[in-house]
Amino acid sequence: MTTDTAPLVELDDVSKYYGNIRALEGVSLEVRAGEITCVLGDNGAGKSTLIKIVAGLHRHDAGTFRIEGEEVALANPRDALDRGIATVYQDLAVVPLMPVWRNFFLGSEPTKGKGPLRRLDVDLMRATTREALLRMGIDLRDVDQPIGTLSGGERQCVAIARAVHFGARVLVLDEPTAALGVKQSGVVLKYVAAARDQGLGVVLITHNPHHAYLVGDRFVLLKRGTMAASHTKGEVTLDELTRQMAGGSELDDLRHELERPAAS
Amino acid sequence: MSTTAPPPDGLDHVDERLLRTSPLKKLLARPELGSVVGAIAVFVFFSLVADSFLRPSSLGTVLYAASVLGIMAVPVALLMIGGEFDLSAGVLVTSSALVSSMSSYQMTANVWVGVGVSLLVTLAIGAFNGFMLTRTKLPSFIITLGTFLMLTGLNLGLTKLIAGTVSTKSIADMEGFPSAHALFASTLTVGGVELKVTILWWLALVAVATWILLRTRFGNWIFAVGGGADAARAVGVPVHRTKIGLYMGVAFCAWISGQHLLLSFDVVQSGEGVGNELIYIIAAVIGGCLITGGYGSAIGSAVGALIFGMTSKGIVYAEWNPDWFKFFLGAMLLLATLLNAWIRKRVEATK
Repeated sequence: MTTDTAPLVELDDVSKYYGNIRALEGVSLEVRAGEITCVLGDNGAGKSTLIKIVAGLHRHDAGTFRIEGEEVALANPRDALDRGIATVYQDLAVVPLMPVWRNFFLGSEPTKGKGPLRRLDVDLMRATTREALLRMGIDLRDVDQPIGTLSGGERQCVAIARAVHFGARVLVLDEPTAALGVKQSGVVLKYVAAARDQGLGVVLITHNPHHAYLVGDRFVLLKRGTMAASHTKGEVTLDELTRQMAGGSELDDLRHELERPAAS
Repeated sequence: MSTTAPPPDGLDHVDERLLRTSPLKKLLARPELGSVVGAIAVFVFFSLVADSFLRPSSLGTVLYAASVLGIMAVPVALLMIGGEFDLSAGVLVTSSALVSSMSSYQMTANVWVGVGVSLLVTLAIGAFNGFMLTRTKLPSFIITLGTFLMLTGLNLGLTKLIAGTVSTKSIADMEGFPSAHALFASTLTVGGVELKVTILWWLALVAVATWILLRTRFGNWIFAVGGGADAARAVGVPVHRTKIGLYMGVAFCAWISGQHLLLSFDVVQSGEGVGNELIYIIAAVIGGCLITGGYGSAIGSAVGALIFGMTSKGIVYAEWNPDWFKFFLGAMLLLATLLNAWIRKRVEATK
């Protein structure tokens, strides 16, 4: 693995506090172009907090956050977008009642004309949406349908295709497979891999070690707001990852507790 | 690229899985369809029961009633699409008229000074609503209920304090009155029908609002902040600015309505306007705006206002007791909302 160039995104010993609550402490991770960094953790482990820092929704309180070697403190999501970090959230990736093409360009709408006649370039928007989705391998029947009529997996894919189209260099995905069935998860993971192959750096947040291991190059394990482990793909097996993820010794305790009392 | 992407040739040809949608079905998918059906029903109904309803002069009267409401229903509909309410919109019209009247009466003797000052004050109140909403993150129902009550009190209190009575002094003899009157309250005669200038204001506002909603970035943001504010913020839409802009749009139209109110009667009653805010909302909802935001149209609000105008005047032409008006309006609201919900379900089912 090349380490001579600066990673696209690098967190070093980053912490975040909400009042007297320690949401995240001492977390480090790096994301490189053409690689997928997986952030694993159970509910409440600090995954959301981490994502919000990278996405520019919250500012970190301690540690350093570098984008391409430059230390930053993001002011808002727009700032993150301008620096090439696009975040796709699990449940709020899109506005359900709006047509697919309006969703695709939301926040970055192309216009034509000048002054009071400045207007959305609707034909371009429709055609580009169709084209960009096709390029990701998504063949939609009708870009005019409300995006809420698509399945959860399709919606995630549209959001990913949108981020890729707008030149994101880092894609942050918040549990893209959490609410999906096995087949749909596979489809989404395929698009995640497609984005990686186009040279993007990907942060994949998940609580499913099987999904993570399929595509990930680096794995960061969070537990109760701290970093429990950090591996590269060669260093860890799926079983080990699953065990650490599920709580390791805690799982053994659980098994012990749930064991049927021996027939006596 | 690792995916097996089909060649992007599908840009021009129509997808074979997409059955040809008939123009009728496209029409059915419009948010204002339910209200158009309702408007036709109301029109036919009053044409049958009231002989004088179809006279040209009645047309002018009905359109006037619709326009006075419609001017406010347009921005209220946009605001509702943006996911918020404005309960202060009704009394804001009165406040705007009072500010205009009193500042020209007290400061100078020129009507246009009052008109200008009123614009600034009204826009400031709209901005205040939007600013409070986005800063405190309280529901707009509470914020604008507060402004509604405060404005109601200010309207009465300040008018009594300054003018001594509950109504303002006449401004009819002041400089600039004829020109201001011509702009906001004149009557045009078109083909023998007397039409108030407010009808033009109304149509222009509907056209501009439709343009903004469907063909500008701001319009895209309005749908987005109403349909999913968090998703919109995540992709970089300025949610706060959009909402403040919508409240200032309501204020701008309240200013137009307020100037009309003042200049058509020369004086303003300080207690007026209470209750109108709900009628604006009703017009928007009848016109197909979803009360939870993210869906609706400006044209729908105009049709809603037209239904209101036809019902309120139709009852008079039918020589019924006008007390029944509110009953009809309520029934219309229920019917239109049910019809809208039913149509939307059918349209979505066929997709």
